[in-house]
Amino acid sequence: MLITKEVEFNYDNQIFFKFQNIDLKSNENLLIIGNSGVGKTTLMHLLAGLLKSNSGSIKLFDQELSQLSSHQLDRFRKNNIGIVFQRSHFVNSLTVKENLQLAQYIANKKDNNRIESILKKLNIFDKSNKKTNQLSQGEKQRASIALAIVNSPKLILADEPTSSLDDTNCSKVIKLLKKQATDFGAQLIVITHDSRLKEHFKKSIEL
Amino acid sequence: MNIFKLSIKNIFNKPLSSFISLSLLILGIGIISLLLQLNTLIKDQMDNNLRGIDMVVGAKGSPLQLILSSVYHIDSPTGNISLEDAENISKNRMVGSSIKILYGDNHKGFRIVGTEKKFIELYKGVIKEGKEWNSPYEVLVGSKVYEKLKINLGDNLVSSHGLRETGQSHDEGTFKVVGLLEPSNSVIDQLIITSPESVWDIHDTHNHKNDDEHDHENEHAHDDREITAMLIKFKSPMNIIQFPRQINENTNLQAAVPSYEISRLFKLFGFGIETLSYLAYLIIIVSGFSLFINLFNSMRERKYEMALIRTLGASRFQLSTMIIFESLVLTISGFVLGLLFSRFGVMFVSSLMEESINYNLNSFKILNEEYWLLGLSILIGIISSLIPAVQVYKMNISKILADA
Repeated sequence: MLITKEVEFNYDNQIFFKFQNIDLKSNENLLIIGNSGVGKTTLMHLLAGLLKSNSGSIKLFDQELSQLSSHQLDRFRKNNIGIVFQRSHFVNSLTVKENLQLAQYIANKKDNNRIESILKKLNIFDKSNKKTNQLSQGEKQRASIALAIVNSPKLILADEPTSSLDDTNCSKVIKLLKKQATDFGAQLIVITHDSRLKEHFKKSIEL
Repeated sequence: MNIFKLSIKNIFNKPLSSFISLSLLILGIGIISLLLQLNTLIKDQMDNNLRGIDMVVGAKGSPLQLILSSVYHIDSPTGNISLEDAENISKNRMVGSSIKILYGDNHKGFRIVGTEKKFIELYKGVIKEGKEWNSPYEVLVGSKVYEKLKINLGDNLVSSHGLRETGQSHDEGTFKVVGLLEPSNSVIDQLIITSPESVWDIHDTHNHKNDDEHDHENEHAHDDREITAMLIKFKSPMNIIQFPRQINENTNLQAAVPSYEISRLFKLFGFGIETLSYLAYLIIIVSGFSLFINLFNSMRERKYEMALIRTLGASRFQLSTMIIFESLVLTISGFVLGLLFSRFGVMFVSSLMEESINYNLNSFKILNEEYWLLGLSILIGIISSLIPAVQVYKMNISKILADA
């Protein structure tokens, strides 16, 4: 499913990253763990097609990412990848439901039933018509998970989803993410420095 | 949900800053459109009343005053001329037709004009009720006069001396309303029209009664009847160059050409209108800047949001379109509201004018120049959103997200 080889990236010829090879099979989840400054976010952006590597190969769902133009990468991303960011981002002028509708619109989809069922599953259906800045921290996180999975991605990338949470909530969130991934038939890659997550993943690599 | 809806939601999410740019634009567009409308309406109205009058003959004085008083009935007359002199001119072979006009009295501020029946034909006046006058002291009443004063057929009107309401009243000068005119959208709407004889007669009695120092015998020894002005149409338009000059040089009368005087008046107006419209264009430019700053700031505030939309798979182009949409929605609604503003302005000015000079300006058609204003609004919308749109297009989403 995901095979990377000799991926290298540098920012303005100053900060230089060389990533170890990854080989992830279908139906496997992955934990990528590392301390600050080892390029975790960079790696995630490379996998999501938000950045292009300087050399090496990233093959995701049998597609070599470096061969895609930026426009093709946009399309590839909306069809295959859902991203959960460390801090939740939303379109502030829209309600929770409208944010999800916007995500669907961008992916040329329209399915209010799916939005409803996702919100119900994540237990924030009663917040559908609330503006996102009226949500609590926990609700925001669940809403951003909803945003990541609304277009049925095959891969969910999560960037530090638990770093600011206490042990109880940390375990809750990671279980929720894994469950959503399984329920909606997606694979999960979590990138974090949070070593508490190790016990939740069979497969992990350390940067 | 789509990009267009999102633009609108974004505008309403920041109502204050949107409102400021919008109101500047409304003000600018509104002022220009108001000036255009008033200019056109007044010009139309002026031209409408000018039909069929090539030249006006009256007493010496300001030619503009002569035109304003005897064609538009809004200024005091320059004085009177003798009937004899006037008739000499009307007998000239260059004159196609002539209409005598006499002033002297008013009824509650509306002018009573003594004139010939041709005068009503000149303005295509149609009698709505009643008939034309047949004997002195019978009057036809214009539509605005009877609407405002609630005058009915058969009523008696008391006239007062002079052209303004404050004049001394002629107790014996009662006119009988024999006819009401249909609205014609010309000056006859605001006039009370009667035969020349009525006006001569009323001032004769007036003189007998009050001016005892006058030598009456002498006054009536010859035909001393006077008129205020004479409206003249030439046989050939060519005469317009030669004939007025002849009169001005060879007689003690004054001849004025309305079309010339009015274009002179508009040149005087024009300066003020031009200055005001430059000011309005300046306001539009400022509104463009305000719009730009507005978009630029909101774009910086919304950079995470933009990055999010990109990670959801929207293209750079879609995001830039959203910014341009936001700007266009504002400028186009600014245009529409500005036009609305100008129409209210026209209504307001027209109600003011109706009070003071009995003019009515009512027309709401969109002028060609206003379509240019629409073009201008769209242009302002595109220009002020161009830089923000390009910046969004070139945005480095990875960097923004990593900074979060």
